[in-house]
Amino acid sequence: MLKSSTKEFLDLKSPLSLVREMRDNNYNQFSSELWTEMVEMGWTALTIPEKYNGLNFGYVGLGQVLEEMGRKLTVSPIISTVLTSTSLISLSKNEVLKNMLFQEIMNGNKLCTLAHEEGSHHSPNIEISIVSKKDDVLVLNGKKRFVIDGSISDYFIVSANHESEKNVDLILVDSKSEGISFNNKVHMDSRIYSDISFDNVKIEKDNFLSSNGDGFEILEKTLDIARIGLAAEMLGNVQQAFEMTMQYLKEREQFGVKIGSFQSLQHRSALMFGEIELCKSIVLKALQAIDSDDEKLPELASLAKAKLGQVSKLVTNEAVQMHGGIGVTDDADIGFFLKRTRVTQRTFGDSNFHLDRVAKINKY
Amino acid sequence: METQVKVDLTNFRLETRKWLEENCPISMREPITDAKQLYWGGSKGKFSSEDQEIWFERMLQKKWIVPYWEEKYGGGGLNPKQNNILNQEMSRLGCRKPHINFGISMLGPALLKFASDEQKLYYLNQICKGEVRWVQGYSEPNAGSDLANLQTKADDNGDHFLVTGSKVWTSYGDKGDYIFCLVRTDTSSKHTGISFLLIDMNSEGVTTRPIKLISGKSPFTETFFDSVKVPKKNLVGTLNDGWTIAKYLLTHERQMIGGIGETDKKKSLSEIAIDVLGKNEGILSDTSIRSKISNLEMNEKIFDLTIQRALDEHKAGNNSGAASSFFKYYGTELSIQKEELRLEVNGFNSTEWTSEESRNGLEARYFCRSKGHSIEGGTHEVQLNIIAKRILGLPTK
Repeated sequence: MLKSSTKEFLDLKSPLSLVREMRDNNYNQFSSELWTEMVEMGWTALTIPEKYNGLNFGYVGLGQVLEEMGRKLTVSPIISTVLTSTSLISLSKNEVLKNMLFQEIMNGNKLCTLAHEEGSHHSPNIEISIVSKKDDVLVLNGKKRFVIDGSISDYFIVSANHESEKNVDLILVDSKSEGISFNNKVHMDSRIYSDISFDNVKIEKDNFLSSNGDGFEILEKTLDIARIGLAAEMLGNVQQAFEMTMQYLKEREQFGVKIGSFQSLQHRSALMFGEIELCKSIVLKALQAIDSDDEKLPELASLAKAKLGQVSKLVTNEAVQMHGGIGVTDDADIGFFLKRTRVTQRTFGDSNFHLDRVAKINKY
Repeated sequence: METQVKVDLTNFRLETRKWLEENCPISMREPITDAKQLYWGGSKGKFSSEDQEIWFERMLQKKWIVPYWEEKYGGGGLNPKQNNILNQEMSRLGCRKPHINFGISMLGPALLKFASDEQKLYYLNQICKGEVRWVQGYSEPNAGSDLANLQTKADDNGDHFLVTGSKVWTSYGDKGDYIFCLVRTDTSSKHTGISFLLIDMNSEGVTTRPIKLISGKSPFTETFFDSVKVPKKNLVGTLNDGWTIAKYLLTHERQMIGGIGETDKKKSLSEIAIDVLGKNEGILSDTSIRSKISNLEMNEKIFDLTIQRALDEHKAGNNSGAASSFFKYYGTELSIQKEELRLEVNGFNSTEWTSEESRNGLEARYFCRSKGHSIEGGTHEVQLNIIAKRILGLPTK
């Protein structure tokens, strides 16, 4: 139901041509018209508990939306605001902030994102950012990298070490606070990721989403959920790229025959088919694990992200190769899938990171 | 109504559990470590222990040699839910299967779908008693991947066929009583000139010769037919329509071979690697092997999830015969990769062939045997062809 209504909606409102259009419009990151309609569809409320007037539809549902968005390469704040921020806020015990943020997010009034990464590669650990006391007020200092939708968000949820307590804090920071500076960078997928500096940014006591040392735990679980959700988007990416390529193999003629009749292409296509079947299984299992609060969530998240990282690389490379010359032109849409997946492969950890984590979880 | 069904199933489970606990000998609850511990039945079948015989006889009396076939065929008449419960209860206790036979796993499903009532009654009842050991005669020296090129001919000779030719890769051909064969009954057409014939291996003119594999073992034979008389009533299905049956049967075979990788040793590869290579700062010291293991483990786990998903979808009524090609391909590919990786992990010990310490080169021989997985039951390449054509609908020209 959700899947077909999402597909119908996106077919109409977010065709592949929209990505190109937004890119060509000076890397536009946000269509307020599209966002308003997504909010009306209830997508911002999908994973919010009923207690806070949300739909409590669960992550299998959100995963279907993300998968369909992956097919269309839809540019929207769903990953930053819904998948990542809403999940983190749900795990927080700060009821005042929860009530306020859920309301604002559901209504589509505010956009929110996690500002966490600090190095050249994904890591759950925090090395630089720190919360400390200065003249009796709390201040945040540090530098965050690769913040998704950083340039359009109203709030950042910043992870930082607490100077005295050695805990990880998760702090809600207004993006217009004094002491914040941006370096917005356009990436290969035509989306903007921000490097953000925090220089003695004042923090209110009430703006902590973590409490009693639960910051790192909340962060880890949020990252696992984000990894799985992103894997769902990647599943949409690879299915679409694969289907477009199969279509091309059935149409394009060389040497007087359809190129899809060549066995070298058939075997590689069959291998991709199998790999995509595996991807469907792990993404579904991992999404279900979020909903059932499965203790295997960390491992399943890493399996999903590692597998989708590898398969998205394989499929998008093959898709471009099998399209031949047209595949490397900007006229063809297939290149958008290659460029999007090169970014998502790294976001929330690449296959190397996650295979290492799988080994650690299994104690070797 | 629904609650009554539930109550009945619960009772069935409790009764089954009790019966198994009382009747399955303790030694028949231990994991199988050697193929000899399986009972294959037939005229040459021997029990390897007294307990094995007791277990077989008790299950036979219970009609649980093939519990899910109809009672008129000698089966236990269990419905799918009951059969599922029996399987669960057997694996709960670790009960071994009382009898293994290609007649159950391969020929049976084909007979149920294509044979005449008379044939079904006769052959299925035999199978349920374990009286006949069935073997398969498909491949020929010049009909491997191109199976439909088979040349063993069955000439119409009045009330019988006269069969002449040879088959290769007959698993346990020397131990079989009957062989189900694909034979050529029309030379003017390739796929529609093939018939499905059941042949008594004790007939005059049937001989076998063992094939020794690179693993040093020989589970296979060549089977020769020299003017063998086969009664016409041994034809299954329609004359010249045997290819339909063959395709159906190959689907079953692929699913079986695809599961080969599961019969695994007690220790995981990562545990073996830690024993052999040690740890450094909490992780396996050889980080290159470590990531290979982790990658394989990822694919094994996701493949298991995929089998589970296919079963769930099958229950929901979505079925794709061609998908079995993918399971055959991927399942065997994983087992092949695992055997390769095992050699990397075990180093010098891995190629050891004859010592007592290596249990007569058990792992080295497993490795060699695994090279057949991507060939038997349709090669990797044939499976990929099937996926490309039947699932992806890629053009032939």
